[in-house]
Amino acid sequence: MNSTSARFVPSKRMGICEPMHQMAMWDFKGNNFLETSPPSMFEIETNLDNLSEDTSHGTVGPSSKYDQEASKSDDKVRRRLAQNREAARKSRLRKKAYVQQLESSKLRLIQLEQELHRTRLQQGQYVGGGIDTSQLGYSETTNPGIATFEMEYGQWVEEQNRQISELRSALNSDMGDMELHIFVDCGMRHYSDLFTMKATAAKADVFHIISGMWKTSAERFFLWIAGFRPSELLKILMPNLEPLTEQQRLDVSNLRQSCQQAEDALSQGMEKLHYILAETIAEGQLGEGNYLHQIGSTIDKFEALARFVVQADHLRQETLQQIYRILSTRQAAQGLLAMGEYLQRLRTLSSCWSSRPTEQT
Amino acid sequence: MEKVVKLASENGILIFSKSTCCLCYAVQMLFKELGANPSIYEIDHDPAEGKDIEKALMRMGCSGPLPAVFVSGKLVGSTNEVMSLHLSGSLIPLLKPYQPNMS
Repeated sequence: MNSTSARFVPSKRMGICEPMHQMAMWDFKGNNFLETSPPSMFEIETNLDNLSEDTSHGTVGPSSKYDQEASKSDDKVRRRLAQNREAARKSRLRKKAYVQQLESSKLRLIQLEQELHRTRLQQGQYVGGGIDTSQLGYSETTNPGIATFEMEYGQWVEEQNRQISELRSALNSDMGDMELHIFVDCGMRHYSDLFTMKATAAKADVFHIISGMWKTSAERFFLWIAGFRPSELLKILMPNLEPLTEQQRLDVSNLRQSCQQAEDALSQGMEKLHYILAETIAEGQLGEGNYLHQIGSTIDKFEALARFVVQADHLRQETLQQIYRILSTRQAAQGLLAMGEYLQRLRTLSSCWSSRPTEQT
Repeated sequence: MEKVVKLASENGILIFSKSTCCLCYAVQMLFKELGANPSIYEIDHDPAEGKDIEKALMRMGCSGPLPAVFVSGKLVGSTNEVMSLHLSGSLIPLLKPYQPNMS
């Protein structure tokens, strides 16, 4: 009963595997030194007694007392082996549980870091030093709601830039999907935060929001109802999401078509509102110097405008949600990075353009 | 409310609307673009029951409450719900039974 080949047997204390070259020694009674305490005196005595006993009990068994003793040893050996196997199995399970706990703690830590950062942002602990004022656009206003929004948006952009860098590093590293998922969720929530901010600001001054005064000039050029056009964004994202499966390609294509249809519908609604607003403001005799006797109904129309902003943002939000559903975690991360960089390029373009040396004419 | 239920059951696709509401108009345009032909009920043209209809729609949980879209007698929702359904690809199948030659 020799097993001198190297075996890995977990030590009881740490769950750490140790090679067990010389430890597989069995004494003639089949006791394993590692797992059990030395045989008690009682045991030894009993064993010695067994040795000297006559084996003729009338049972069908080994014919000599040595055979019987050998089979008793065999039993003990088998029992010890079974106990060892069981202990080893338990040890492996403990180790597995420990590693799993470490992994989930790691994920939780990343999550907490992101949340902390976000909370600090919301509490305005990050002073907007380093925000290029040209990014803020024309913000000379005494409307406190808008002033708040401009400040919050500045912080939003800073956080956006930080997240973009993080995403880039994450995608270039060998980060697993579970961790990437946290960054993706963070990115999605960040956009969600922006839509919430815009809805509040639209109530304060819808014209400020819808004219895109809070965005850079290049962004304003591409503006559609106070923000990006979802179908355009999908078109930009597609080549950056490769490789896509056939099903994904189809899904994104369908999504893009649905977006376009929804955008067209909202655009037509906006046109009608535009017309009605213009008519309302032009009501009454012009040239008499008595403006806005109809101010009450005009204000109602402004509220309708705010509804359109909210609806357009809802469309953007839904598009992001659908894309999230269609793509894998990695693809979603790539998508967020591509989208972030695209919008970043627009902002950079604006600041380069505004700071270019003008030629003498 | 009876009138709401009655109108909804009589029309495959029904949109409660207000003639001055541009978002209602937008939703109507969407349905037209999808090849559907919804019935439009302008509640501001119903001096008698218009306000009650609006209240009933609010009670039914319609977020607008206008526009309020009903398909096959069931409340689908307002603009948000319609847009979400469309982006998830679930709106067109809903409308199919009511328009044989839809895109």
